[in-house]
Amino acid sequence: MKKGRATDTVLEHAALPWLQAAVLACLLPHALHLPLWLSLGVASTLAWSLNLALRQGSLPPRWLLLLAVLAACGGIVLEYRSLFGREPGVAMLVAMATLKLLELRSRRDALLLLILACFLLLTHFFHSQNLPTALWLLFAVWLIVAAMLRLQTSALPPRAMLHTAARLGMQAMPLTLVLFLLFPRISGPLWGLPHDAQRARSGLSEHVAPGSIADLALSGDIAFRVRFAAGVPARNFLYWRGPVLEHFDGSAWTPARPGGGKPRLETTAPAIAYETTLEPSRQRWLLALDAPTSWPATARLDAGLSLVAREPLHERQRLSFSSSLDYRYNRDPNPGELQRNLRLPPGSNPRSQALGRQWRDEIADPQARVERALKLFTQAPFAYTLQPPLLGPQAIDEFLFEQQRGFCEHYAAAFALLMRAAGVPARVVTGYQGGELNAVDGYLVIRQSDAHAWSEVWLAGQGWRRVDPTAAVAPERIELGLVAALPAGEPLPLLAAMRAGWLLELRDRWDALNNAWNQRVLGFNAERQREWLAGLGLNPGDWRRWALFLGAGTSGLLALLALWLLQQRPRRDPWRKEWDKALRILARREVNCAPGEAPLQLLARVESRIPNLAPDFARVVNTYLRARYGPAAGEVERQVALRELRAAVAQLDKGRWF
Amino acid sequence: MGFSTVDRVKTAFFRRHSDGGGPILLDRRRIYLLPTAAGLLYAVMLLTMLLAAINYNLALGHLLVFLLLALGLNTMLHSFRNLHRLRLTPGRCAPAFAGESVHFPLWIEADDDEPRLALEVSSAGQLLLRLEQCPTGGDWLMLPIGSQVRGWLPLPRLKLGSRYPLGLFIAWSNLQPEMRALIYPAPRHTPLPPPRENTGEQGSGDDGLDDFAGFRDRQPADSPRHVAWRASSRQVDERPLLVKQFAGGSHPEYLFDWNDCLPADDETRLSQLCGWVLAADAAGNRYGLRLPNRIIDCDRGSEHRQRCLEALALYPAGSA
Repeated sequence: MKKGRATDTVLEHAALPWLQAAVLACLLPHALHLPLWLSLGVASTLAWSLNLALRQGSLPPRWLLLLAVLAACGGIVLEYRSLFGREPGVAMLVAMATLKLLELRSRRDALLLLILACFLLLTHFFHSQNLPTALWLLFAVWLIVAAMLRLQTSALPPRAMLHTAARLGMQAMPLTLVLFLLFPRISGPLWGLPHDAQRARSGLSEHVAPGSIADLALSGDIAFRVRFAAGVPARNFLYWRGPVLEHFDGSAWTPARPGGGKPRLETTAPAIAYETTLEPSRQRWLLALDAPTSWPATARLDAGLSLVAREPLHERQRLSFSSSLDYRYNRDPNPGELQRNLRLPPGSNPRSQALGRQWRDEIADPQARVERALKLFTQAPFAYTLQPPLLGPQAIDEFLFEQQRGFCEHYAAAFALLMRAAGVPARVVTGYQGGELNAVDGYLVIRQSDAHAWSEVWLAGQGWRRVDPTAAVAPERIELGLVAALPAGEPLPLLAAMRAGWLLELRDRWDALNNAWNQRVLGFNAERQREWLAGLGLNPGDWRRWALFLGAGTSGLLALLALWLLQQRPRRDPWRKEWDKALRILARREVNCAPGEAPLQLLARVESRIPNLAPDFARVVNTYLRARYGPAAGEVERQVALRELRAAVAQLDKGRWF
Repeated sequence: MGFSTVDRVKTAFFRRHSDGGGPILLDRRRIYLLPTAAGLLYAVMLLTMLLAAINYNLALGHLLVFLLLALGLNTMLHSFRNLHRLRLTPGRCAPAFAGESVHFPLWIEADDDEPRLALEVSSAGQLLLRLEQCPTGGDWLMLPIGSQVRGWLPLPRLKLGSRYPLGLFIAWSNLQPEMRALIYPAPRHTPLPPPRENTGEQGSGDDGLDDFAGFRDRQPADSPRHVAWRASSRQVDERPLLVKQFAGGSHPEYLFDWNDCLPADDETRLSQLCGWVLAADAAGNRYGLRLPNRIIDCDRGSEHRQRCLEALALYPAGSA
């Protein structure tokens, strides 16, 4: 007899594949974010451990593992310049978990590894919390539970192991739901987020130079979703306002320094209300519809009429706005502002500046100068393209007089420059234009490919007025969207390129599903939870009531589960079980066994009612009667007879279709 | 054996009294449940995960933590159910010689059709037996217990435990079925004393060649004259020499006397007597026992052997 504690037994070889499968499922999505060398190292370690398990080979010596750990640490320090922090921490965990596979000696080691794997699952959510991730992780949890089960018992065949693991999970679902809904949510970070929590994302930039938006337009990522309280306004009103760029340095447009007082807004149309769900952009622009009239308390309206959040958006946020689509903005001249928006760096783009000055001298009315510039774009062979040619240092000159092919930012920038040269205060505004209505859930979806740049000019008596030169060149861009506006043969964002109806519908459905996921599951935060509970009539005033709800909910469900699990299920005679099954099969053919009817009587009835089923049923009856009432037999014979009865019932089940 | 205070508290807290000789049904009053070290680690891990989920505001992180928590709580119920309504019935235990291990038979059966997996029976922290699955029809658990001294060996307190399903909880039940095994003295093989001279023995001490009944392995007590040298030489490996065995008639009759033993302590004498009884029984001879407190007349057969060994096992008790 082996001495030692009953608990600390040696790990069986046959359990290894389960562990490997669980760890693999857990690590696989990490390959998307880890450096390539680490992914390759993890893959080869897994392969090595698989090979060891297949050959029943011995584990590598400790010093080799130590060397591997040191190598991993070294690599991670080189890669991330640190061993601490979120990303390097995850990389360390991944490396350790993989190497642990080569050091599994006891069952306890293996259990430890699986518990660590649970933590590794959580780290996926730093990168993505979408529906496919959730489903994959559910699958990984399933495998982890099955592997944990395999550590405890070898009596179940693999299918039964997976089945039991699934059952354990399913039984846990109601409790999971209750905890998810009732566990008090605490909002906000408990401690400072590490600096690497904020990774760069594609999105609007505050630095617009020719080509910067065209890059964005190729991305099919969703920027935000909007639900309007009433109907969706016409497309040519859907200008989602981002940063206003007033400073031009000769090549790029950037925002003016903050400040500059409050915007004065007079609305001439009723406000429309809508709710925006913004994807995390790592930026502070809230992208309200031009021009916002009400906004959440966490936002501020800046001098350029853009809504700015206090904090950069690191998470998806749901915000309510209302906007008026017809407005007058800063009608009274503000000398500082106008001064700023007439400034041009001397010597940059001289030909364009000369053209602007020429208009200033020729045309007296500023409004007519604006129209003159728009006419230039409609008349000359200007083309709208996602692949503008590379431009030199005098980019706008080159664009206006030589290439004449460009994307929205080319037109907006050139227009603003011409206007400034012509003496009309002008600037560039970036944001999004348009959006696509998802017919499935009624949300308007705005993608990165809807990114847009337009201009604003200040005209006496009218204030700042939006002028979109792109509309002059390619009216389809505003009326129908990017795909319609681009000539054939242009590269398109993958999603936008789908023109087939069913594909679009599929995409809409998928989008709606994701949106529902985002709104209901991911968006279930402290605030929503409180609303939801209040809606139920439960108002968790203080922590005592919270604890009461949570405790009552959890223990109530646990008690129900326990009752269900422990209810007395009397042992059923296996013979009787098969016989009942046979009777159910007959009942489907409308021959019901009468109470007290003997098997042979029933057989006689079957022979007259369903003759084609009679031979099969006769076999069942004979086997059943022989086993039940025949001479006493040994255990082996009984097992054989039971198998015979099972086969007979299965045959009867097949026969019922003919 | 001195019990520490902890042991005394455990005794007071967990049931320590005998369960009698009848079947034991494990019900909720008998089943204890505690998280294992792994279970505690799991809890700590969940707490860490929850803090991370709160800090990074991960809705799915919350969901994952709650799923794992619910799963853990669910396995607690399953751990309990794995033992619940198991029925253990003591069987009869065959005697053994001191130093051998005794197998205490315990019939284990579930009251329902639920599978019972990964059952471990241990005693004093030492694993005796692991049953991967309790068959639906029930099964004998043969619990090996080492015997040290002769006499009655009671079945020590047992712990029937299981970490099924995930190893996060251990459910166990303390069992004290009233079972005991008779332990005979460890036989000590010494040459037989001279046979008794009485009417039962007709010829000389020599074996007549009347009824040859086959060979058997030589025991240290056998005289070299009985060895079947020719038959033994046919065997290659190191088996004991063979001894011719004869049936019927002219066998020596022995009366093994306490006083004929080596002048040593009682246990040594009992061991020597035990060895003689076995040797004489194996040779098919008639033999008797004379102990200070009891005399058993000469006889043979398994019943007689058992009576003699019992008397030796229980000496000095059992004088009658």
